Formats: sequence, C-alpha cells, structure tokens
Amino acid sequence: MALEDICGFTDTPVHAKWFPTSLFEDSISSIHLTDNCTFGLRKPKKSEGNGGIPMDFFIPTLPNSASFNHRPLPSPPAKYSAMVRRPFPLSHGTTTLGFVFQGGVIAAADTRASITPIHSHLVVTSSGSGADCMLWERILAREIRLYQLRHRRRLSICGTAKLLSFMLHPFKGTEVCVALTLCGWDKGVTAATNSGPKLIYVCSDGARLQGDVFSVGSGSPYAYGVLDRELRWCLSKEEAISLAREAVFRATHRDAYSGNNVDLFHITAQGWIGYMYYYRTGALFLCCL
Amino acid sequence: MEYLIGIQGPDFVLVAADNVAASSILQMKHDYDKMFKLSEKILLLCVGEAGDTVQFAEYIQKNVQLYKMRNGYELSPSAAANFTRKNLADYLRSRTPYHVNLLLAGYDDADGPGLYYMDHLSSLAKAPFAAHGYGAFLTLSILDQHYRPDLTREEAVDLLKKCIEELNKRFILNLPSFTVRLIDKEGIHDLETLTSGAK
Repeated sequence: MALEDICGFTDTPVHAKWFPTSLFEDSISSIHLTDNCTFGLRKPKKSEGNGGIPMDFFIPTLPNSASFNHRPLPSPPAKYSAMVRRPFPLSHGTTTLGFVFQGGVIAAADTRASITPIHSHLVVTSSGSGADCMLWERILAREIRLYQLRHRRRLSICGTAKLLSFMLHPFKGTEVCVALTLCGWDKGVTAATNSGPKLIYVCSDGARLQGDVFSVGSGSPYAYGVLDRELRWCLSKEEAISLAREAVFRATHRDAYSGNNVDLFHITAQGWIGYMYYYRTGALFLCCL
Repeated sequence: MEYLIGIQGPDFVLVAADNVAASSILQMKHDYDKMFKLSEKILLLCVGEAGDTVQFAEYIQKNVQLYKMRNGYELSPSAAANFTRKNLADYLRSRTPYHVNLLLAGYDDADGPGLYYMDHLSSLAKAPFAAHGYGAFLTLSILDQHYRPDLTREEAVDLLKKCIEELNKRFILNLPSFTVRLIDKEGIHDLETLTSGAK
C-alpha cells in the first residue's frame, strides 16, 4: 500500500474518482492520511502520457471495500438503522479481554479472536468481523510506521487510538464491524501522566474509551463476572496471567460463540511476551523483547 | 440511558452528567466525562450515539478554539450555540447525520449566564433549566416545581441532588455517579462528584 503513495497514485484523477471526498464529508479519508509529505510538486498524470490509454487500466484492485463496489448506500442512511439493526445486542462471536495492573498490561483472548502485535510495545486484540479486523490492523500498522518514519518518534498509544478511530469514522453505518482493544506501553513520552501502561478500546461504531479493564465480544459479560471480582492493581504477574486465563476459560465455557484455547500477551516497558495455552497447561510459545 | 442536566442561576450555570460509558448491556467505563470544554467559560455536554458524540463535540471544540486563534477573542455562548446548531442542521439531511443531544452552558461577560438545549433534530432553545435522556422524564417536573430564577449556588446543588435522588429511586438503570461543574464569571469549577446508587 505504500507503493501507491510513492507512485503518486493519490494525485491521479482516477484516485479522485475511486475515493471521492464527497463520500467522507465529515472527516478525512483513510487514504489521504498518508498525503502529509507531498510538497505540492506532483501533478495529476494525464492519459496522454500513456499513449491515450485511460488510467483505469493501470489501477490495481484496492482493499477499500466501501467505495470499491460503488453500491449506493442504503437510504435512509444506516446511521439510524444501526441502532435497531441487530435483533440482539452482542454479535461478536469471541471473548477478548485486557487489563492494566502493577506489572504492565495483560491481553487475553480465545483463539477464535486474535491478538496481533503492531509494534514492540503495542498489541491489538480484535473481535467482530475477522476480515475487517485483519485489514484495519494492517492499515493501523502502516500508518503508525509511517508516522514513526516521518516524525522520528513513536506515536503514543492514545494518538494511535485516535488515529484509528478517525480512520474508521467514515465507515460508520456500513457493514464494517471492528472492535479492537489496543494494549500497550508508552515509552519516552514527555508528559509524566502519559507514559506507562495503556489500554484503549476502539470500535467501528466510533467509541474510543481509555480504561483499566475491558472485555469485548459475545463472551464479555462472563469474563467481566470473573474479572470484576478478582482484579486488583497489586496482582503479581503469575496471578494476573492466571486470572486472565480463568476469565477467558469461564467465558468460553458459557458462551456458545467462544471456544478453543487461550492466547495471552503480557506487555511491559521492555515489550510484549506471548503465551499460548493449550489444554489449559502453560506453554511458552513465542516471545519478543 | 444517559443523563444530562443544567440549571441556570442569576450569575452561574450548574451542569451535571452521568459517568457511564455503555456498550449494549455493559458499562464499559464508570468514570467517563461527557463534558467538553469549548473555551474558558463554555461547556458542551454531549450524549447520543457512540462515535458521533466525541466526533461532533471535538469538531465543535476545535472550531471554537480556531475562531479564537484567528480573531483574537472568544465566541460568546450564544454564538457557539448557534454555530453548533448550524452544524447539526447542515448534517441532518446529509447521508451522515450526527445523532447527538446537547446542552451548552456558558457565561458571557456581557449577557451573563446562558444554558442552551439542543437535540438531534437540531432544535435550539435557551432555557433556565434543561435535561436530556430518559431521566429527563422523571426530573423535569421536579425542576418545574422547585426552580426559581434567583437560586443561590447551594440551592441549585440541592435541586440537583433532589433530581438525582429521584433517578435512583425510580429509574430502572443504575447511574452510580455524576460529574458536576459550575460556570460563573471566574470560569469553570469542578464540584464534588455526586455518587449515589448502592451505598
């Protein structure tokens, strides 16, 4: 996707046709986010330079499904219908959770959800539509890497969450269904209050909440039931890991849409470590420091 | 589910909002702040659909601050309220309307305190007291009965406490705590968070 910026694709008239800014009246398009560094030198490519062949033929398929199909959005806009669309409120078939304690941040999920590292100090648990989550995690990873290259510092977790929330906003009311929990550690941020463990929930409805404990998915009420009773700031690392596993296990037991095994990540100032538990016995599977 | 209330006195405006951020049947956060500071003496309280609230309120907030940077003086509460209403109205008949209910409270050095009620259909009314949410059905009659234009600050807080007591008694949902702020000619003051519900 970075190729499209280097090729100057974003300045072509075809790009304007495929991603008309009128679609996103109230906020910035996710593609235009990467335009920060144009120096005003690029000009739209005219088809004359290609021997008269229209630019359409050279354009590769693009992942942005909202404008790809050019289907007219259902009218009246799904904004109102989004509130009554589903017959039951919980429709993400997973259980994910994250919490902050004295030893850092724990992120845990059943293996149907996934936990993806974005960089050495940020891990994202995803629920909702699997395809949407994979795409948006990839877009997020691209954008924060570009930020890091341009500004020579890593974007804070709060900034990452805000960026993701603003990128998702144009797709509110469409079928995009993404509920991510960003679990990370802010290092080297100048404001004293801003560094340390962070846990932020972002979803495609537009919610963006920072907190100390979140559980997302159809199994989340069951997980909250276990977490709310036992969670304390002063837990040791082993107690915290065991609590997270217990909560996910109880949720997978009761919830029809969650299951399999528990994936767990622990994020500290040194980075994240992943644990994959099979058959409820501990097994250190992979780690990154 | 969410509750906002504002009471205007002779030289102040008292506002309160509940602290629950909910997602379907769950309380995701118990200490969520629904008030957005537009300027030194203007607060915007915003409830409604999940992402719309923050997006719209931050948009208004940044534009009000931009106005101050460009022109060197701040928008008055009345101007800010009308600006907000205009934006709501412009988006109302677009494909992406903002489903938000607002209270704007401010103190103008020339005109005094003001409380403005706005709803998702972009109506605007300046009112001595106002409330949003299901809780409004329970508490507006209390405000009608006990409100006087010359309330002192303590009497206004007592009236607010009466309203919250009624919510705890009759409202089916648990709203355990409320952020309370007061705006007067000195600016915005945080008052003690009112906690109630299961003690």
